[in-house]
Amino acid sequence: MANITIDGKPYAVKDGITVIQAIDEAKIDLPRYCYHPGLSIAGNCRICQVEVEKLPRSVIACNTRVAEGMVIHTKSPKARESQQAVLEFLLANHPLDCPVCDQAGECKLQDYYMEVGLYDPKFDDRKVKKTKKAFPIGPTIMLDQERCILCSRCVRFGDEITRTHDFGIFNRGDRSEIDVCPGKELDNKYSGNVADICPVGALTDRDFRFKMRVWYLGSQKSVCPGCSRGCNIEIHYEKSRPYHLKKERVMRLKPRENQAVNRWWICDAGRYGYKSIDHGRLVEGPLVGAQMNRAGTRPAPTWTSVLENLAGIFKKADPAAWAVFASPRHTNEELYLVKRIFLDHLKWGQVAFHAPGQEGDEDDFLIRKDKNPNSTGASRILRLGKPDEDITPILEKARRGGLEGLLVFGHDLAGIAGPQTLETVRQKVKTLVFEGPNDNPTAAVADIVLPAASYAEKEGTFTNFEGRVQRIRKAFEPVSGSLATWDWLLNLSGLLGMSLKHRGPEDIFEALAGENEFFKGLNYKKIGDQGCLLNS
Amino acid sequence: MEPILSRNFNVKDAWTLPVAESRGAYQTARKVLTSMKPEDVTAAVVASNLRGLGGAGFPTGKKWQFLPKDSPKPVYLVVNADEGEPGTFKDRYILERDPHQLIEGILISAFAIKSRKAYVYVRGEYAEPYRRLQSALDEAAAKNYLGKNIFGTGFNLEIVAHRGAGAYICGEETALLNSLEGGKGYPRLKPPFPAVVGLFGCPTIINNVETLACVPPILKNGAGWFAGLGSPGNGGTRLFSVSGHVKKPGVYELPMGTPLREIIYAHAGGLRGGRALKAVIPGGISAKILTANEIDVKMDYDSLKAAGTMLGSAGVIVMDDTASIVKALYYAAKFFAHESCGQCSPCREGTGWAYKIVRRIYRGEGSLKDLDTLLALAKNMEGRTICVFADAAAWPIQSYITKFRKEFEEHINNKHEARISKFETISKF
Repeated sequence: MANITIDGKPYAVKDGITVIQAIDEAKIDLPRYCYHPGLSIAGNCRICQVEVEKLPRSVIACNTRVAEGMVIHTKSPKARESQQAVLEFLLANHPLDCPVCDQAGECKLQDYYMEVGLYDPKFDDRKVKKTKKAFPIGPTIMLDQERCILCSRCVRFGDEITRTHDFGIFNRGDRSEIDVCPGKELDNKYSGNVADICPVGALTDRDFRFKMRVWYLGSQKSVCPGCSRGCNIEIHYEKSRPYHLKKERVMRLKPRENQAVNRWWICDAGRYGYKSIDHGRLVEGPLVGAQMNRAGTRPAPTWTSVLENLAGIFKKADPAAWAVFASPRHTNEELYLVKRIFLDHLKWGQVAFHAPGQEGDEDDFLIRKDKNPNSTGASRILRLGKPDEDITPILEKARRGGLEGLLVFGHDLAGIAGPQTLETVRQKVKTLVFEGPNDNPTAAVADIVLPAASYAEKEGTFTNFEGRVQRIRKAFEPVSGSLATWDWLLNLSGLLGMSLKHRGPEDIFEALAGENEFFKGLNYKKIGDQGCLLNS
Repeated sequence: MEPILSRNFNVKDAWTLPVAESRGAYQTARKVLTSMKPEDVTAAVVASNLRGLGGAGFPTGKKWQFLPKDSPKPVYLVVNADEGEPGTFKDRYILERDPHQLIEGILISAFAIKSRKAYVYVRGEYAEPYRRLQSALDEAAAKNYLGKNIFGTGFNLEIVAHRGAGAYICGEETALLNSLEGGKGYPRLKPPFPAVVGLFGCPTIINNVETLACVPPILKNGAGWFAGLGSPGNGGTRLFSVSGHVKKPGVYELPMGTPLREIIYAHAGGLRGGRALKAVIPGGISAKILTANEIDVKMDYDSLKAAGTMLGSAGVIVMDDTASIVKALYYAAKFFAHESCGQCSPCREGTGWAYKIVRRIYRGEGSLKDLDTLLALAKNMEGRTICVFADAAAWPIQSYITKFRKEFEEHINNKHEARISKFETISKF
């Protein structure tokens, strides 16, 4: 340990760390452009200069190691003067086109100008013109060379993280330009991250560009449901201007730092996978006799009537003739209710969640082939760690007419087993119930359709592939007519005469932790923002 | 004084091996390799007070001692022959006229630091010096002065001559390494220093051509002899490149510490046409300018530092009273704006910005306020970057304007060169 002083306060820090790491640990603000904890040290922006006592000139915090007894000033006149000087240089050739720049509001040039700038500008000459402005360099990213401050974060991201070597800095001096390498496109599975790490408006996200000014965005911490990695994200949504974008609520997803899961990054599939929250939803409330209802020939039934109807059916059902396809996209809480109601109370033995042949791509970084966020949770809760049986045998039974009723959570049987099978099952099974947030071919032929809230509209937890339990949070209310799965399952349990007295997901989780050995000892407080591993 | 580095400069065909051998080439190397231990060679260089003659003046032997003792990686010796400092042309003389002296120096130094492979990074524009060097390398290899089992000692050395592509910044030693590796000529962040992590990530010693050319004489005549030639702490002689308004411009080998006045008036023949001296840049364009009253200074690292400037590459640029300091700054600023690598923001933006202002002043479109802006820019660039390029760009601005402020003010007020500059093409780079 080294004892150092930062801005007059003593700190004991690990030996060998850099001054900027010590400053970050002390939660002191210090401007930086080229420094990113996930990338190598470039030391080229020069703005993180601090005054270190006994050194003749200010030094950059990112490439200076702490030493015993070091006295560091981040806001002394000498330090501030250095930082201000660098900022003035960076802004000299910057186009200052903030009014039309999508980065405005989250631009580090703006932020630091307010913090350490506020100088009388001296620049009185023509700015250097650069060639590419609003230039798409790939499917996800737009380049503006004039706004670029050449911090080289994107270059290093391509060289060190994705190893796709997309970017280079071409030419030299004040003619330096950032660009993709000749003949290349920025098209890799993690390309969107360069817009996150770009501290200015040089690389902007084509998907988000001009959708909304960032200061109108609300933000909620959540977890990406795109695969079993469970990358930590922030959901950025519109909070006050519903007229702005045709009722679209989610504006973008941003990765949220979690060193144990995704570090600072997220894949493009996850980043742009939010569209299903606002598109293709089942929005008209529960449907009975689906096809006819959709044509609008009958008034939509209420949730209460549908649930009463269902409870009636379930009470009379023969446990051997009914089956449930639970969903690995549901939260631990919801899967626990499925277990309590269908396995424990109704004694239906046929509950499966794993759909075969649904694996996607995988790499050695973040992307997992299991595209469900909670397969581990489903397995631990429904099977208690026993080997998972997939839904094939039950589906086969249904196809051969062995089932009277089937409750499908989210799965699309046509996608899993083909439209032919769906058609046969439809004919053989008397009552087909579908529950899920989005429309699909199975929903289209179901007798009863229950619209569910999406992951952005409810509270709960997912368990990722390595057994890390992480919280998702409600960013906004469910679309009209839909309910969170845990919500209607609780209602149903009451109608079935069970006495589950949970008030919400946190309560349900507590009950789960009370009876399931894997979850024992966990609670929402412990899980926090960074998640918590299951007991092995 | 008996010339040491330049003793073969005027010998016909001294760059060919037979002539060089007749002048004693490779005798010292043979003696050193067959009879000395590497540590003793380093000790001799330390004792000689030899300092890096590329410009920084770092003690050479001390630099060699920075090599890690127990590294399993190979050690490289890189010779900086990227002589690009305006006003400097001494290394070119060695490469062109006495390359075997350099090769012998490389051989002895590589032996001292236990390097088996050396690279000579030759400035891209030095086409003829490169050809002479390459032919000398071929000749030396043919005679087994290079290659395997040199002098039957079991010592192997391969020397590769590599031509740069014309960037001034590649004379900065770590930019040179990047360029040599095939990368962009960006100076590296230090630490780590090249002695620990250098070429291809291996321990590397980078020395200037002139520095290594000093090594054979040191080993031949002894460290004490060499140290005695110069002033205290500044061993040996120095090749001064004298250019500008003197009667006899050229390369002069003189002991370290020779007074500047003596160089200009005694050796370079004084000013042409008997004109009055106006200013001297003592160490290449980056060094701060000296006025006519400041030339009674000894030309060694420490004396010039005390005088507020530097010896640098010992490129002495002499200006008589016809020279325009405004124009001189214009060309200096243009040079630095053109050559900045663009990595660090203060240098990238500062050099270009300063050039724009100086150009404006030079064209007769400046204002008095611009002078203060320039000084503020120079102050903000100085000492805030990865390498010293920004400092080198700031020093001319600071020294020209402070020492010749009147001339700048007159120029701005009279706008008397405005009409000349109309016809000057301002290149857009």
